[in-house]
Amino acid sequence: MSDPLDSARAIAAAVRSGSVSATEVLEAHLAGIAAHGDAIAAFNHVMVDEARAAAAAVDAAVARGDDPGPLAGVPIALKDNLCTRGVPTTCSSKILEGWRPPYDATVVQRVLAAGAVPVGKTNLDEFAMGSSTEHSAFGPTRNPWDLERVPGGSSGGSAAAVAAGFAPIALGSDTGGSIRQPASLCGVVGVKPTYGLVSRYGLVAFASSLDQIGPFATTVSDAADLLGVIAGHDPLDSTSIPDAAADLGPAVAAGRNGDLAGVRVGVIAELDGDGIDADVRAQLDAAARAIEDAGGHVATTSVPAVTYGLSAYYLIAPAEASSNLARYDGVRYGNRVEGATTGEMMDATRTAGFGDEVKRRIMLGTYALSAGYYDAYYGKAQRVRTLMQRDFAEAYASFDVLLAPTAPTVAFPFGAKDDPPTMYLSDVCTIPSNLAGHPAMSVPFGAGQDGLPVGVQVLAPTLGESVMFRVAAALEAAAPLVGRAPHAAPPIGGVR
Amino acid sequence: MSDQSATEAAYVVEGSEGDRWAIVVGLEVHVELATATKLFCACPNVFGDEPNTNVCPTCLGLPGSLPVLNRNAVELAMRIGRALRCTVEPSVFARKNYFYPDMPKDYQVSQYDKPINVDGELALPDGTVVGIERAHLEEDTGKNTHAGGGGRIHDADYSLIDYNRAGVPLVEIVSRPDIRTPDQARAYVAELRQLLVAIGASDARMEEASMRVDANVSVRPEGTTELGTRCEIKNLNSIRSLGRAIEYEARRQVDLLETGERVRQETRHWDEDGGRTRPGRSKEEAEDYRYFDEPDLVPVAPDEAWQAAVDANLPELPASRRARLAERAGRPTTDGGVALTVERDLDALAHAAMDAGGDPARVLTHVEHNVPVEAAGGLDPAQLADLVRLELDGALTATQAKTVLAEVIASGRPPADIAAERGFEAMDTSALEGTIDEIIAANPTEWDDYVHGDDARRGKLTGFFTGQVMKATKGQADGKVVNQLLGARRAAALAGE
Repeated sequence: MSDPLDSARAIAAAVRSGSVSATEVLEAHLAGIAAHGDAIAAFNHVMVDEARAAAAAVDAAVARGDDPGPLAGVPIALKDNLCTRGVPTTCSSKILEGWRPPYDATVVQRVLAAGAVPVGKTNLDEFAMGSSTEHSAFGPTRNPWDLERVPGGSSGGSAAAVAAGFAPIALGSDTGGSIRQPASLCGVVGVKPTYGLVSRYGLVAFASSLDQIGPFATTVSDAADLLGVIAGHDPLDSTSIPDAAADLGPAVAAGRNGDLAGVRVGVIAELDGDGIDADVRAQLDAAARAIEDAGGHVATTSVPAVTYGLSAYYLIAPAEASSNLARYDGVRYGNRVEGATTGEMMDATRTAGFGDEVKRRIMLGTYALSAGYYDAYYGKAQRVRTLMQRDFAEAYASFDVLLAPTAPTVAFPFGAKDDPPTMYLSDVCTIPSNLAGHPAMSVPFGAGQDGLPVGVQVLAPTLGESVMFRVAAALEAAAPLVGRAPHAAPPIGGVR
Repeated sequence: MSDQSATEAAYVVEGSEGDRWAIVVGLEVHVELATATKLFCACPNVFGDEPNTNVCPTCLGLPGSLPVLNRNAVELAMRIGRALRCTVEPSVFARKNYFYPDMPKDYQVSQYDKPINVDGELALPDGTVVGIERAHLEEDTGKNTHAGGGGRIHDADYSLIDYNRAGVPLVEIVSRPDIRTPDQARAYVAELRQLLVAIGASDARMEEASMRVDANVSVRPEGTTELGTRCEIKNLNSIRSLGRAIEYEARRQVDLLETGERVRQETRHWDEDGGRTRPGRSKEEAEDYRYFDEPDLVPVAPDEAWQAAVDANLPELPASRRARLAERAGRPTTDGGVALTVERDLDALAHAAMDAGGDPARVLTHVEHNVPVEAAGGLDPAQLADLVRLELDGALTATQAKTVLAEVIASGRPPADIAAERGFEAMDTSALEGTIDEIIAANPTEWDDYVHGDDARRGKLTGFFTGQVMKATKGQADGKVVNQLLGARRAAALAGE
């Protein structure tokens, strides 16, 4: 074995062919986690026992001559808001500390069935509310590119785990940019699929109408493979799309070959101006030129409603969260703080169990839904969603995909955005896709002047994953080489 | 509400100064649907199992769980709607947010501003039509048991929660405030219950709480049209409680208003033992439920084919069955025996016996009085028809027919055979005449009184002589014939004077 096992695709191929065992691959990754894990703090819980059992099962299947599946022996990191049977699932909140779900999320079932090996549950902003992973009750995750900087969030643990080489792929969830923004800040690929393409069953809800699970990977093709495994109808999720999930392989192959002939790409004017760092804008321009070099047509376009996205999001998401998080009342599971009456017990439990950012959003959402304010806030925000869809539809009449920055900045230092509204601006480029229910992904494209990675975002209409991945693959092929994160574990490879 | 004036006159609460107050009642009835599984998960919908055995991540509201709508619950909800002459509309589930330990998610999934059924009506047996505002789907909560503190949560030492009921499908049927008397309220619930059972939507047992009734009660001066402030009465465990609670509550409100106080809009609990309502939480400080559309579910829009199938599968409803039976038996539609027969589901038996040639009036009388519900299945309608025929031919008296019918039901043997065995051959008139003459001769004083006494006296003595004849004939004489013969003897005696 001489080829480096630097991607999920390479690992799965090697494991399926028998040239390396899933157990060897896993142990190499566990060694990397043991050596570098504390510095990054990507995991809330490393699933050593479950991972070893899963790897052994894959090896047994290979020995029997059975195909363990398309992710055979591929280590995968799981955001700690995905339910894993018998394994602590905390959402990085004290209120759920120690809770072990009695069931697996649909996506967890699917990656396990595809032969993936779950290495751990990754850190996040509490209940996925945040853009830096600083709001975790268990402490922040550090960016493998610079340990003094945030990995982004809320899926910061998953993004950092992939950037640090702890697992070639990971799952996160994206409610307003929680996959794409940390992917951008950590220099990895992150995808938010079309709403309904991936089952939410077993994803601990933040804002149900916006939440969507998606992949992290080091390559576009790995992200496509992982999406292929988790996508598809699930009868347990009523919002799951009945007949979706196309094979992304041909689209990725075309993009990698630098073929964007005839693809029309619109750069969103409203997201290419004030508030976007020069480093980011420079890479976005370079990406646009790369698309033209590959035969695509690039033009600037306007999607006016995106300027209302942030305001609408911070009414809708907290409103749904205020209801979704009501169940953490100390009655049935999780932590309880006793009180003289049931009501006092609930108050004390929630006061002690939730962090400030979660409380802030519960209060915002409760207010937005209150009698007398509903129409002015929640109702109006819902109308912005309609407007957003209309404006996107107009743009997609002329363009196949849209291009925008993923995040306004590169990774920022801890504590740099302590003021909530400033932090909320981190998601200004990603939120519109969630409000519209559209797919979007972040692809690493070069670095800023201080060497920190920059991501560009490719947006597509509902179920437009195929053309989105084609453009992303072309950008990946054309992107300047930035190397490996300085604090990553050494590459896995040459195992044999 | 077209018959408002007529019905208001039927129930009036009199004030101290002779003022007359009318009552206005609207009912909210929750019924558990008779589905095999719960509304949003595959757990069994069963009453009375060991606590917390029929539960799963979804009905326990575990983090990450999601609801999936039970198609059969939608079907039954539509059946209820169509049976109540509602329009089925595209509907949306919403979340009703409030904290309570028996509610796993601390919100209830219910239909709020877009319910599945709207604008229906229910006709009561007495002809009153009560409007139905809506009948919507929602999930039930778990069940708390509070230990100590009189069974109320506030003073309990501890509480136990059973989530078997959490997520059981409910339909809430909301009437318009069209009810004007306690009797109408009782009749409404009885009629609704019968309808729900008839269409197979619910077993509708108030005692098992699979049917729960809340009453909104207000009063206003008789003849006025503005609605007074209402109170919602809960904890009504029987149809009888409902009537008592309305009467009590109306009196309480009138007394308040007459002493210059006002009625506070609030929820009150019926105290069955104390025979009174007690205040619960005040609705004036009502909780804000912060309703919004449930994002985990999609809108429900039954297509025309589904609605047509629901309509086609609806059985004949109790009102129509009553009308059909009454007409055939020659009784008024509002007849109590007709209602009872339909309520007991014995109208099919009655029709079958009539089809087999039994006289409709006599058949219905027997089904109403002489056929126990639990034994009705064993009765061959043709034999009932035969029995009625024997009776009308004069071969059996009414009393004998009743006795024979009981034996037909028990043994399944032909009525004629049973009558013969028992010696229930109707006596011929000449033998009866001899017996009567003997009895007259043996009781000369009574006979003289019978012939010459006033009507009241003669009435009493008719009973005496009939009793004597029955005694002598061991009950085989036909009472009507005895009466006729006594009358003829009296006429002869008077003529001979």
